[in-house]
Amino acid sequence: MNRYPLWKNLIIVISLFFGLLYTLPNFFGESPAIQISPLRVATATVNPELIKKVEDSLRKANIPTNGTIVEGSSIKVRFTETDTQIKAKDLLQAELGNDYIVALNLIPNSPDWLSSVGALPMYLGLDLRGGVHFMLQVDMVGALTKALDRYSADIRSSLREQKVSFSGIERERGQLTIKFRDEPARVKGETELKRIYPDLELRTTNMDRNFLLIATIKPDAHARMQTAALQQNITTLRNRVNELGVAEPIIQQAGMDRVIVQLPGVQDTAKAKDILGRTATLEVRLVDDESDIDAALRGQAPLGTELFTERGGSPLLVKKQVLLTGDRITDAQPGFDSDNQPAVHVNLDSNGARIFKDLTRNNVGKRMAILLVEKNLSEVITAPVIREEIGGGRVQISGRMSTIEARDVALLLRAGALAAPMEIIEERTVGPSLGAENIARGFNSNLFGFLAVAIFIMIYYRAFGVISVIALGANLLLLIALLSILQATLTLPGMAAIALTVGMAIDANVLINERIRDELRSGATPHMAISAGYERAFGTILDSNITTLIAGLALFSFGSGPIKGFAVVLCLGIMTSIFSAVLVSRSLVNFLYGNQRKLENISIGTVWKSAVKTKRSGKNAKTKNSELTNPIKDN
Amino acid sequence: MEFFRFERDIPFMSWGKYTTTISLLTFVLSVFFIAYKGLNLGVDFTGGTVLEVNYAQPADLNKIRGTFSSIGISDVSVQNFGSSRDVMIRLPIKGDLSAAKLSEIVIDALKKADDTVEVRRVEFVGPQVGQELLENGALALLFVSLGIVAYLAMRFEWKFGVAGIIANLHDVIIILGFFAFFQWEFSLTVLAAVLAILGYSVNESVVIFDRIRENFRKMRRAEVNQVINNAITRTMSRTIITHGSTQIVVLAMLFFGGETLFYFALALTIGILFGIYSSVLVASPILLLLGVKREDLVTPEVKSQEEAVP
Repeated sequence: MNRYPLWKNLIIVISLFFGLLYTLPNFFGESPAIQISPLRVATATVNPELIKKVEDSLRKANIPTNGTIVEGSSIKVRFTETDTQIKAKDLLQAELGNDYIVALNLIPNSPDWLSSVGALPMYLGLDLRGGVHFMLQVDMVGALTKALDRYSADIRSSLREQKVSFSGIERERGQLTIKFRDEPARVKGETELKRIYPDLELRTTNMDRNFLLIATIKPDAHARMQTAALQQNITTLRNRVNELGVAEPIIQQAGMDRVIVQLPGVQDTAKAKDILGRTATLEVRLVDDESDIDAALRGQAPLGTELFTERGGSPLLVKKQVLLTGDRITDAQPGFDSDNQPAVHVNLDSNGARIFKDLTRNNVGKRMAILLVEKNLSEVITAPVIREEIGGGRVQISGRMSTIEARDVALLLRAGALAAPMEIIEERTVGPSLGAENIARGFNSNLFGFLAVAIFIMIYYRAFGVISVIALGANLLLLIALLSILQATLTLPGMAAIALTVGMAIDANVLINERIRDELRSGATPHMAISAGYERAFGTILDSNITTLIAGLALFSFGSGPIKGFAVVLCLGIMTSIFSAVLVSRSLVNFLYGNQRKLENISIGTVWKSAVKTKRSGKNAKTKNSELTNPIKDN
Repeated sequence: MEFFRFERDIPFMSWGKYTTTISLLTFVLSVFFIAYKGLNLGVDFTGGTVLEVNYAQPADLNKIRGTFSSIGISDVSVQNFGSSRDVMIRLPIKGDLSAAKLSEIVIDALKKADDTVEVRRVEFVGPQVGQELLENGALALLFVSLGIVAYLAMRFEWKFGVAGIIANLHDVIIILGFFAFFQWEFSLTVLAAVLAILGYSVNESVVIFDRIRENFRKMRRAEVNQVINNAITRTMSRTIITHGSTQIVVLAMLFFGGETLFYFALALTIGILFGIYSSVLVASPILLLLGVKREDLVTPEVKSQEEAVP
């Protein structure tokens, strides 16, 4: 009766096998590495020459490596020590120049056959590996104000173009008020504006003999604007983070108006904040092709000009006067021109369009430069020749670029500036030494907690105690395997949750063992006691675990950061504990006792019987009692 | 080995008067301390900046305080923690200064004063985030309570749900009372511990309730309080062993887990100890008070049979 069918045993063996397989990578640890990836796909790619260049320069500098791996579009070089890793980083950064990101990283040491089945070590959170966590709030009110200001200028020029007379436009809070002198002008204005700006909601009111038209941004357009602003900010942040040389940055949206940035391994928070918070702008200036470029190269740039290097390497003299700035750009998309050459299509707002029209009319045949200005650093993105006067605010930049370059330029034009201002509202920095200490603390809590519980349970329940402890070990194995498979972030509270799971999971086995003792006490035969004990305890185990699961799920949905890490481990731990406490321990019990037809005695510690009950259950129980007390003299 | 040998059922229910008084007293005391002293909310909830720095030599706290007043920052709390070389610095939120920049200014000043300083941890939480975390914590507490009541009501009966949640909220209030009385820092991790206790401690009540239901079926003739006494007595051994095991692990965390896990483990310890007490001596008397009957759990068919017996 106490035997499991083959399929049940198979399920247990298979899940334990996979548990072991996916837990294994955590034992190999990680080794320091350097990750080299191109900054922009257009300018540099990972090719055999690059790998050779990296290997050669490391060999020349006598820096020993542990092999090179190519993964996707990046190269990873493995080292034995952190010192050589840092030395190599400085060297490669200098050798490869600004076209590549050279970042410090850690790569798992587990053998290839493990990595090939997707077995990776657990992903450590920032409080364990050190690094910076930022939460940034996007100022949506600011974005709205900016948008309304743009609309106000646009409406002004549209009304003028359509020859509608109006006496003024005002912005107050979230709306624009357009004043007209008479009813016919307002009717005409309303129909025109409705046609040109489908995203605006128009409403008429009269005040002080003024005919007013109130314009607000439609809710769906507003929502679209917010998403676009957030997306653009995320893209901008991603570009900026690339500069920091972080191997695995996490930049993600959180809620409607927040962005989370996590930079593992970054220690220089001041620099990180600086780069994240910088304001980049685009500038359109004219190129000075008349002055002597050689003189400028010798260090004597003519008055009113600056020397830049164009992408691709040729030097360029650019006038200092800024004609147009990037906040006039509303959109930039890659595409093709009429000759089917890659191009970037840029849209300007109405003011920008007017300025651009004048600028191009006066400078046909000359070159203009588009610069990306960040802090004190300016870069010429592109310097096209002006072929003709361009009106209407639709600009096409083409010539001398590949499709990929066109994509990059469009991205830079779009992402050069933030769509809305951002503010850091949360910062958590953990130094590397504290991270390592936290790992040790979490590990020690688990180790000593587990050992103490194991010793206590084995003494108290003897053979059944040993089985309970094995089941507890299986629980730990499965939990760590699950965490590794899911690549859930392990934090210090998460490690606390693992320890807590150990403490709580034993509950199920205690319930079972106490039930079996109970059954023995009331005179059941050992076989009956085992099967009844497991059966009756199961309902209780399920009930008590589900209530804990409710708490875990609530923590997961309302918690943030470290609390989420705790909740994930808690919930997973509950599931693995039910499996191991009930199925794994039962199969071990069956293995131990199931084949003995005449089972007289099981080792579950002393089962003490109340004198009142012993009388009732008679001789059978009495013999059992004496046999069971024999091994330990604690009576 | 068998720790618990009960000749007959312990008359827990007849102690109802005393236990209810004790519970009410601790409860009222806890509420008093929470209201009077208030919780010492951590930076997670109040917003502000916390820096943890480490010096090569034992740190001179007065010199550090001097550094702050020289750069015009007041309201700073500078304390040792862990060892004499570790210093914890707390800064409240400043309206005029961009809070994210504050930590940079502070670190610069500290480095200028003593370049052996190593920044181990920086935590800055803006006021809006702190408020949100507090609200989410309260929401989670509410959600867990409702979830547990609903589950117990479905699995047993509404009286069990109410008794279970009162017993557990009693534990939560007592944990908070301890934190208010000793002014221990109440952080996000402590909140997690409190919620975990809410889920964990209800286990205890569930195990006893399960036995009560079973006893209602088996002990047909017994009085309700006899049934409850028997259920508690027979699960006593399991209660102590289980909580003992959990407590062992929590003690390991208390001793080896460092500062971050210390208060977490402390909250769990209080929760576990009062959890045992409350599920035995709070949940069951309330159940009795609510007038739990055999008919609540056993099908009416059985009831009619019983009535037929003279």
